[in-house]
Amino acid sequence: MNALSVRGLVKTYRNGVQALKGIDLDVEEGDFFALLGPNGAGKTTLIGIATSLVTKTAGTLSIFGHDIDRELEAAKACVGVVPQEINFNMFESPETILVNQAGFYGIERRVARERAENYLRQLHLWDKRDKMSRSLSGGMKRRLMIARALMNEPKLLILDEPTAGVDIEIRRSMWDFLRGINERGTTIILTTHYLEEAETLCRNIAIIDGGRIAERDRMSSLLLKLHTETFVLTLRNALSAAPKLDGYNVALVDNHTLEVEVSKNQNLNDIFSRLSALGIEVLSMRNKVNRLEEIFMRLVEKGANGAAARAPEALSGIAVPETTAVGAQGGRS
Amino acid sequence: MNTASVTTSAAPSLDLTRIRWVGYKTIVIREYGRIIRIWGQTLVPSAVTATLYFVIFGSLIGRRVGDMGGFSYMQYIAPGLIMMSVITNSYANVVSSFFGAKFGKHIEELLVSPLPNWVIVAGYVTGGMLRGLMVGGVVTLVSVLFTDMQVHHLFIILAAVLLTSLVFSLGGFINAVFAKNFDQVNWVPSFILTPLTYFGGVFYSVSLLPQWAQKLSYANPILYMVNAFRYGFLGVSDVPLRLAFAIMVVAAIAMFALCVGMLNRGTGTRE
Ligand SMILES: Nc1ncnc2c1ncn2[C@@H]1O[C@H](COP(=O)(O)OP(=O)(O)OP(=O)(O)O)[C@@H](O)[C@H]1O
Ligand SMILES: [Mg+2]
Repeated sequence: MNALSVRGLVKTYRNGVQALKGIDLDVEEGDFFALLGPNGAGKTTLIGIATSLVTKTAGTLSIFGHDIDRELEAAKACVGVVPQEINFNMFESPETILVNQAGFYGIERRVARERAENYLRQLHLWDKRDKMSRSLSGGMKRRLMIARALMNEPKLLILDEPTAGVDIEIRRSMWDFLRGINERGTTIILTTHYLEEAETLCRNIAIIDGGRIAERDRMSSLLLKLHTETFVLTLRNALSAAPKLDGYNVALVDNHTLEVEVSKNQNLNDIFSRLSALGIEVLSMRNKVNRLEEIFMRLVEKGANGAAARAPEALSGIAVPETTAVGAQGGRS
Repeated sequence: MNTASVTTSAAPSLDLTRIRWVGYKTIVIREYGRIIRIWGQTLVPSAVTATLYFVIFGSLIGRRVGDMGGFSYMQYIAPGLIMMSVITNSYANVVSSFFGAKFGKHIEELLVSPLPNWVIVAGYVTGGMLRGLMVGGVVTLVSVLFTDMQVHHLFIILAAVLLTSLVFSLGGFINAVFAKNFDQVNWVPSFILTPLTYFGGVFYSVSLLPQWAQKLSYANPILYMVNAFRYGFLGVSDVPLRLAFAIMVVAAIAMFALCVGMLNRGTGTRE
């Protein structure tokens, strides 16, 4: 069964911005799914419709088979959401927030208290349980929202940039935490601008750009689509000019740093033996950018060139006449 | 779409009635917690105001006013002052709590939950009624210090106070849905509610007014509520009781439907 199934989803905001232009998307039960896209692509809008914070203009959306038009309560009961922006009551304590949230899902207070304690401890918030939430640090607030989203033990957990502004150590521990939850059977949809995070955690991926799905694939297959990778080599001895390696694009960034572009049918052994032959010693090597990042940039750039006319509308939030007309018709149909 | 058949067979495990009941209780508990947490803003001011009214109007000026409707002025205004505090506090609680939830975005906690909108409205409105009745109770205690309170008809007292606080809690909810900033939260109470209450027979019997002012007064819904309530204590009323209760019941039903309808459409809450 699909945890999330979306067909022909369109959203036109009241100000005329068409944030989603017909999205089709399936996320399988048990998946750890990355929903990526540049700022303003429509990720939060899509999540908003799935959690009924945003009304849809056209199309259908169902969660574990419950269509939100026909079985809204059942659909919502399956979901836990960590929103992009902090949205708990700053004057309530973390424990109160969690226990109340459970109550909104029909969970009795006794059970809710136990769960709250469990998650507060797991997310290292137990010490803060009775402090005013306003006094939590940014990273603590994020973790509180994760705990809150788990209170109803959702089958589908949706996280809208949960690690924004979280330090590296805590981010890593959040990754382990989310992996554990996913392994125990919860489907997770994650949006993030840290592509390394998506690459590490997620099995499937969709890239959304300008309100449309630009790419939908398994993470591993998508990464294979990357035809060339650029490596950065650090050298022991200074060079004054880039060495000539036939068939490779080589650039000298500074005296001690080389950039080499390697395509899929070439290999690294070959490069290293040639460099050795030239007496060049390599101390270390890394990818210039994360591989997913490379794919992402290419897809999004391609999209931006193809839809230059769209940019002003997307950027300013003010409707361009033609696009608005199209959006409005989409809305009526 | 064969998934649909799978889900309908799995659906019975979801007990919607229980979710709604627990969810409703949770909203009420949270609203109660809010009233208690900020008691200096929620419970105290009306008690102070009412005491001032009793001292100034009841004792100092009231002695010169003489009888009103066959009772001492203090006895006459006591039900009116209780009602005034119920009206103000029921309204204020819901408008500030629900608007605060919109403003602080924590209304989203409820909007993403499986609770249907009528449960959300019911929860907030119960919270408003709770505060209205708590403050009404405090003011009643204060009035007992100043005058003899008699009870003519307990059932009418309770019915009138419950319906009134229901109506004004709903009013506060409607205000909060439309409000876009804190000015719009204060506007209705200052410019509509307070004048209507003052002209709603709290301090005088409309029979003292000239003909035209009496006619005008009968268009004021608060007049009916105050008089029904006063009838419960003193057995006197400027308006027919049946009409008073009919107005309150119809208003409550219409306003509840309006609140739920607005939330269903997403007015003021969903993009
Ligand atoms: N409430 C709103 N009213 C009008 N337009 C909106 C509203 N919310 C979002 N938009 C517009 O819809 C488009 C998509 O926004 P959305 O928030 O879904 O993007 P996003 O992919 O989540 O971006 P980010 O990565 O910055 O969070 C943008 O053009 C945005 O300006
Ligand atoms: Mg977003």
